Amino acid sequence: MPFRWLEDAPISDAGFEAWGPTLDECFHAAADALLALMVANPEAVEPREQRRFEVEHQELDLLLVRFLEEILYYKDAEQLLLHVVACSVAGETQPLRATAQLAGEKIDRERHQLSADVKAVTLHRLSVQQREGQWVATVVVDL
Amino acid sequence: MAMPAAKGSELRKKCVQVGPATWEIPPDAKPGMRVPARIYATPELLAQMDDGVFEQVTNVAMLPGIVERAFCMPDGHWGYGFPIGGMAAMDPDHGVISPGGIGFDINCGMRLVRTNLVYDEIREHIRDLVDALYRRVPAGVGAHGFLKLTDDEFAEVAVQGARWCVAHGYGWPEDLERTEEGGAIPGADPSKVSRRALERGRTQVGTLGSGNHYLEIQIVKPEHIFDPEAAAVMGITKPYQVVVMFHCGSRGFGHQIASDYVQQFAPLMEKKWGIVLPDRDLACAPFRSPEGQAYFAAMKCGINMSFANRQVILHRVREVFSEVLHRDARELGLEMVYDVCHNTAKLEEHEVEGRRRKLLVHRKGATRAFAPGMPDVPAVYREIGQPVIIGGSMETGSYLLRGVPTGKQAFFTTAHGSGRTMSRHAAKRQFRGKELEQQLAARGIYVRSVSYGGLAEEAGAAYKNIDAVVAATTEAGLSLPVVRFTPVGNVKG
Repeated sequence: MPFRWLEDAPISDAGFEAWGPTLDECFHAAADALLALMVANPEAVEPREQRRFEVEHQELDLLLVRFLEEILYYKDAEQLLLHVVACSVAGETQPLRATAQLAGEKIDRERHQLSADVKAVTLHRLSVQQREGQWVATVVVDL
Repeated sequence: MAMPAAKGSELRKKCVQVGPATWEIPPDAKPGMRVPARIYATPELLAQMDDGVFEQVTNVAMLPGIVERAFCMPDGHWGYGFPIGGMAAMDPDHGVISPGGIGFDINCGMRLVRTNLVYDEIREHIRDLVDALYRRVPAGVGAHGFLKLTDDEFAEVAVQGARWCVAHGYGWPEDLERTEEGGAIPGADPSKVSRRALERGRTQVGTLGSGNHYLEIQIVKPEHIFDPEAAAVMGITKPYQVVVMFHCGSRGFGHQIASDYVQQFAPLMEKKWGIVLPDRDLACAPFRSPEGQAYFAAMKCGINMSFANRQVILHRVREVFSEVLHRDARELGLEMVYDVCHNTAKLEEHEVEGRRRKLLVHRKGATRAFAPGMPDVPAVYREIGQPVIIGGSMETGSYLLRGVPTGKQAFFTTAHGSGRTMSRHAAKRQFRGKELEQQLAARGIYVRSVSYGGLAEEAGAAYKNIDAVVAATTEAGLSLPVVRFTPVGNVKG
């Protein structure tokens, strides 16, 4: 999985670094990390329902925040855990835009090993940068 | 341009003891500080605080309009923007309002309910009580409550808070008298809240959440009644008396309100208001600006939703005790002691240099602790001071305290909990949830948790010593302990 947990995130919270050769894959990896924080066995989340969203922002790192917030929105508003099936990040025209197709299912305590209820994506150490041929996102979330 | 951040380890060395359990970092310790930064702690607690606390409390001292000093309470630990345990009072005319000084979980707080039962009367029913509470008070990721509210009804909840709940049969009128702000802070405006926030929160009234949120059955050992007179006023009169304490907040509603405004303020700070700070998480707006006022009105909706959330949970607690023990909740004496807020900004009147001034007081992971005689203390507690509820870890116990006149030094603010010393990841590596559950059971604490991982994160050893935190608030003159509670049953989000 192209993400790792940050060992030096603020003590009450959690953070991760997610990466990929393209912005699409980097955002996808960040969404995977977010889901893995909320459910310890993300592979058990079955693709029973589909959702699609599009978000915009002028700044790339805040575009990622909006992108991840959509996943938190579905978790709270519809009790849905969602995998990203495909995503596309248009990072060269203003406003920057990200679209995603997602698939998942309602939270099922019998099959989903629930973990942390992520409250919000913070701006703490937030960045999306190109590093050695990879796009790398650094994200700290409030638990 | 952001200013270079001074290292926390260097700032730690600049701490000077200025009183009992009271330390200050002078304003010349870091460029941009407008006032000193004060940390309340014993030397042991100060040594346990992570470097992030020193960086963050000195960053808070840079906020425009800050009055007297930036503060951090003895349970302070590294958060984002403000430290958790952080507090700052702003001049409302020249100062700012900062969502990072309030926290994402707006009005996360504690509620304490007493009973007229003693431990022997519930000992055999503990499992049934905790199991029923676990079923009836939804906890964990994405939990939704039993209230099915329309958009309009949820908007009413955002304005009326716990008052809405009592009016709709989820509580007793006297509950409101014992809730900070009477259960509804005036000035909440749902039109300043995004559609997304309303949708995230609408189904969550009456849910616990996760992280350090919990619902606990506790008892009072006779040796832990420190102030019998004040305890009696708060209805704690018997050895081994049973109480119920819970900790939760405004759920996805408050989280989204905070996120929306942090993201709105961050790009405008320098461009629109010329405010330069070393950390984007301190994103803020001038309090009197339209943006600042909009956030203040939206944040108050989060405050009210949180009061409503705790009110509905109290209703469920009464139902559960009544059903399991086959007695009416009134007969069981399930009366509220108090409900305190942690993550808020409120306009309050305080004395500064001999003059009464209205200030915008940010408290993030800190509790208001008004002194005896202050008008906002409910009449029943006015002679003893505002009750303060400090929740410990599920292993160690919690405290009921009261506000004191010497709390004036910190705008009548005290600690809010134990405060973490170990990160969640480190705790999860060190402890196993299943084993912890068994160890707690062996010690007479029956725990139900949505997640073993979440349970491991909340192990007592991941937190500071609650007794040390309370001792520091006492030594510093911020609050006085009344009783200490010992857990016997816990529902963990």
